[in-house]
Amino acid sequence: MSDNLLDINIRHSLHTAHGTLPMEVVFTLKQGNILAVTGPSGAGKTTLLKQIAGLINPQSGKITFDGQVWFDDTTKKSFPPQLRNTGFVFQDYALFPHFTVEENLSFALQKEDDKSIVTELLEATGLTQLAGRKPFQLSGGQQQRVALARALVRKPRLLLLDEPFAALDYAMRYSLQALLLKFRQQFRFSIIIVTHDIGELFRLADQVIVMDHGKIEKAGTPAELFIQENTSTQDFIIHGEVLACTKQNNQLHVSALIENKIRMLTLPLHFETELIPGNNFTLHYPLDSAQIRLITPS
Amino acid sequence: MDWQPLWLTFRLATITSLILLVLALPLAYWLAFGKFRARGIVEAVIGMPLVLPPSVIGFYLLLAFSPSYSFGAFIEKVFGLRLVFSFPGLVIASVLYSLPFMVYPIRAGLQSLPASLREASYTLGKSERETFFRILLPNCKPAVLTAFVLTFAHTVGEFGVVLMIGGNIPGVTKVASVAIYNEVEALNYAAANQYALVLFAITFVILLIVYSINNNLLRVRQSS
Repeated sequence: MSDNLLDINIRHSLHTAHGTLPMEVVFTLKQGNILAVTGPSGAGKTTLLKQIAGLINPQSGKITFDGQVWFDDTTKKSFPPQLRNTGFVFQDYALFPHFTVEENLSFALQKEDDKSIVTELLEATGLTQLAGRKPFQLSGGQQQRVALARALVRKPRLLLLDEPFAALDYAMRYSLQALLLKFRQQFRFSIIIVTHDIGELFRLADQVIVMDHGKIEKAGTPAELFIQENTSTQDFIIHGEVLACTKQNNQLHVSALIENKIRMLTLPLHFETELIPGNNFTLHYPLDSAQIRLITPS
Repeated sequence: MDWQPLWLTFRLATITSLILLVLALPLAYWLAFGKFRARGIVEAVIGMPLVLPPSVIGFYLLLAFSPSYSFGAFIEKVFGLRLVFSFPGLVIASVLYSLPFMVYPIRAGLQSLPASLREASYTLGKSERETFFRILLPNCKPAVLTAFVLTFAHTVGEFGVVLMIGGNIPGVTKVASVAIYNEVEALNYAAANQYALVLFAITFVILLIVYSINNNLLRVRQSS
């Protein structure tokens, strides 16, 4: 068996707010790896996940999973999403509103499946007490756990996550990332995760691709992409969440949550439009110049 | 008061609505999610009864159903059915006439659901059919209920088409709306008023029940 789990080489037309863009993506996911896909919105990240899951067919190219052809335009072959056995966690969780938590999970069972997996997953995600609730009676973090557990019922070999933790606070995000890693050890699946959170990317990913305008801009390990590039100039990078902003003496005073502590940053006024309370940010302080840059406001 | 026209009206409305429910579910699904070029044409055809005078539809159906023309003759020969001035003819005409009232609300209901619900179901290994019946349909109950009741009420209120192809045969095609017209023509206002009042009251109660149910369903959803 080859080391490569997923081989992708596709072209597509991406319909964005700014018109149609040619999309072209080529990469390989190694067996057991976690691949993070990052980049600005509209870059084609969600489309890519849906193409892998079989929910959207690329216009041309080929997708191969562990030697099995999932999509090939030359032979007009497209393996249906039902048979690809990927787990998909949607950005909006996509829980079925008329089902209880337990029913959401057991819906994923096939006839011949062992039902004990549902109980096991409910327990592992701490949802046993909430099994009889409807999704609207749950908090965001609880809904996210249901979505994750549901995606694992069929024991997928590839888990696709579309900004799964974006709507959650830091503490919840940490605990769900830990849960995800625990599940990966237990079920041995590979992961492709779309994320804007550089911290998350470092905690989870073995490989990263940065997409923009439908193309892969950069690919590598998180360290290669985000540290080595910057360590040569010995820059500072700060991740945080904006809590409040005030303007004083032509400067922006930002109260921010950085590594779980509240800090005050004084910044040039032009950051005002991007540093809005509730936003996550990554600040880049190059030590060789006074220019502070905002890398990824999300 | 002769209850037969009212009984006939509600029998016609019930049968029409049930037939349309079966027809409209796949049609609405197809219009909502299908990939085909002729969508505009199909939509225009379904929507015609909304804007055409009922007498136009009635006129063409009269021609089509008449045994002197090929379609009517074919139906009579193969199924032994005469569609003009008969109850089965009324049912077919009502089905065509009320089609948009059933199809459009259900289609709108299906389209208002987030695409991720369908997609999640597919990635969980479920077929399109199973996804439709177990995920999509239960989540657009208000739309289906609205469609059913609008169709029912619209059929109860049918007049022009019925008059054109059904005529006025007691117990066969003389529905309440036609009976009211007859009584007024005969200057028998008291009888007309009785039919009219019953239709008025029943229609009001039906709509009241539907909107109350839908408001409750909406409230449950919004409180989430």
